[in-house]
Amino acid sequence: MFKSKKITLFLIEIGELTYFGRRFFKELFSKPFEFKELLRQCYYIGNKSLLLVGVTGFIIGLVITLQTRPTLEEFGAESWMPSMVSISIVREIGPVIIALTFAGRIASGIGAELGSMRVTEQIDAMEVSGTNPFKYLVVTRVLATTLMLPILVILGDTIALYGSYLIENTKGDVSFQLYFNKVFNSLEFGDIIPAIIKTYFFGFAIGLVGCFKGYNCKKGTVGVGIAANSAVVFSSLLLFVIDFIAVFITDIFFEI
Amino acid sequence: MNDAKHIQETSKKLATKRLMLEIKDLRKSFGENNVLNGFDLELLEGENLVIMGKSGSGKSVMIKCLVGLMEPDSGSIKIMGKNLLGLNQINLDELRTEIGFLFQGSALYDSMTVRENLEFPLRRHKHKFGDNIDTSKLVTEALKNVGLIDAIDLMPAELSGGMKRRIALARTLILKPKIILYDEPTSGLDPITSKEIIELMRNIQRQYKTSSLIITHDVDCARVVSERIILLVDGINYAEGTFDELKNSKDEKVKAFFK
Ligand SMILES: Nc1ncnc2c1ncn2[C@@H]1O[C@H](COP(=O)(O)OP(=O)(O)OP(=O)(O)O)[C@@H](O)[C@H]1O
Ligand SMILES: [Mg+2]
Repeated sequence: MFKSKKITLFLIEIGELTYFGRRFFKELFSKPFEFKELLRQCYYIGNKSLLLVGVTGFIIGLVITLQTRPTLEEFGAESWMPSMVSISIVREIGPVIIALTFAGRIASGIGAELGSMRVTEQIDAMEVSGTNPFKYLVVTRVLATTLMLPILVILGDTIALYGSYLIENTKGDVSFQLYFNKVFNSLEFGDIIPAIIKTYFFGFAIGLVGCFKGYNCKKGTVGVGIAANSAVVFSSLLLFVIDFIAVFITDIFFEI
Repeated sequence: MNDAKHIQETSKKLATKRLMLEIKDLRKSFGENNVLNGFDLELLEGENLVIMGKSGSGKSVMIKCLVGLMEPDSGSIKIMGKNLLGLNQINLDELRTEIGFLFQGSALYDSMTVRENLEFPLRRHKHKFGDNIDTSKLVTEALKNVGLIDAIDLMPAELSGGMKRRIALARTLILKPKIILYDEPTSGLDPITSKEIIELMRNIQRQYKTSSLIITHDVDCARVVSERIILLVDGINYAEGTFDELKNSKDEKVKAFFK
């Protein structure tokens, strides 16, 4: 009984989110465009997560290399390290982990910001002063996360590979040139392109869920906390669903 | 002879007063909660009308219906002769430039400076003043009106509650609205600051000849600013009259407001 109620609530939430997404596309293609605010959001969102993504990427590279190395060494296959690590980072680990940290930082930030704007009637104030708050606040943020996450992931992947190279260099005496030669020899478009494409969807999901939770925030300061928190939970969950679908489709088109 | 002329003149005066705002049979409920059950209201040009009601009686809901932030279940709302509920977005935004709305909690944009807050309504409605108007002049003028020109580059978080209310009022004034809706202009302020805000409201009224709808449960505020008072009880306009009329009323529910 209790469970079925929860499931119903969850399904309602999915429905509302879909409706919210539909409204996003409707407002996206109608005038006026808030171009200046979009640029400001891109700068703000990118800048805010730059350091985090850099550090996360670097650590991913270090950890994966350190952990994989002994196994490959056992088979005398250390020379496969660059290609193996680069494929797993570029294809899956980089995009997913960076998107998750991005969700933790940005979805909660957007949820809290829009939530407190809703609670303190700032969104209503925008509406009566002739600016469409959905366009000004939601459309710009969702676009900004969609555009910025892929860039951040490419950056994070690169830093991760550099981290991996550092380990290889100290442990196995592999030169920079040799390492990246091997990386680029083994990476194919089928590895890179689908992985980048899916990060656009990740970014879209993170922005949309953050805005959805904040924009529909319930009254009171408790509501703002809930909005921020559930934005992270919901968007992280959605990331895995999208990832599964993306891998599934890639599997069909690019036969692994 | 003289009397008849006098009566003729006053009726002429009354007739020329435009009806700025007219609400008829407004109804709104949230689920089981019937908040408004057929509320009526008329606001004349230049008038200061006060709405009083208990907390939770639906005052904010009513005023939000007036600017299209909420949609009533039924009833009609006419603002300066235009039927609000039938307007499309563009005409609605146009009409909203004639209505100033002072929110209950000031509702300043946290992420913007005072200057940017004041410029915000001008983004879309600059054309109201002609295309080559200097925005910074409008901003300084509005800030001077509320006596806070020094705060122009501060963030809202750096302002006291009373200052926030003044800045919010300046932001409301910047489009030179013909009607101003005040949602509890003195709530959360100490008595002295409240008096200042009330004084400011009266100055604005005099200077710009606006018509004002003031929601409050502050009896002092009602006494000073009101020309007429409507009591909102149980979702209808329960009683109506001047401050003194209502104060001397025999009705228990009316009396409760003036204790
Ligand atoms: N968006 C909403 N959804 C559901 N119920 C609402 C909503 N907004 C207001 N209400 C309900 O409507 C009633 C009236 O609320 P309103 O905010 O108008 O009160 P108020 O008269 O302005 O009170 P106060 O003096 O405290 O500001 C309350 O019972 C409130 O719970
Ligand atoms: Mg209220």
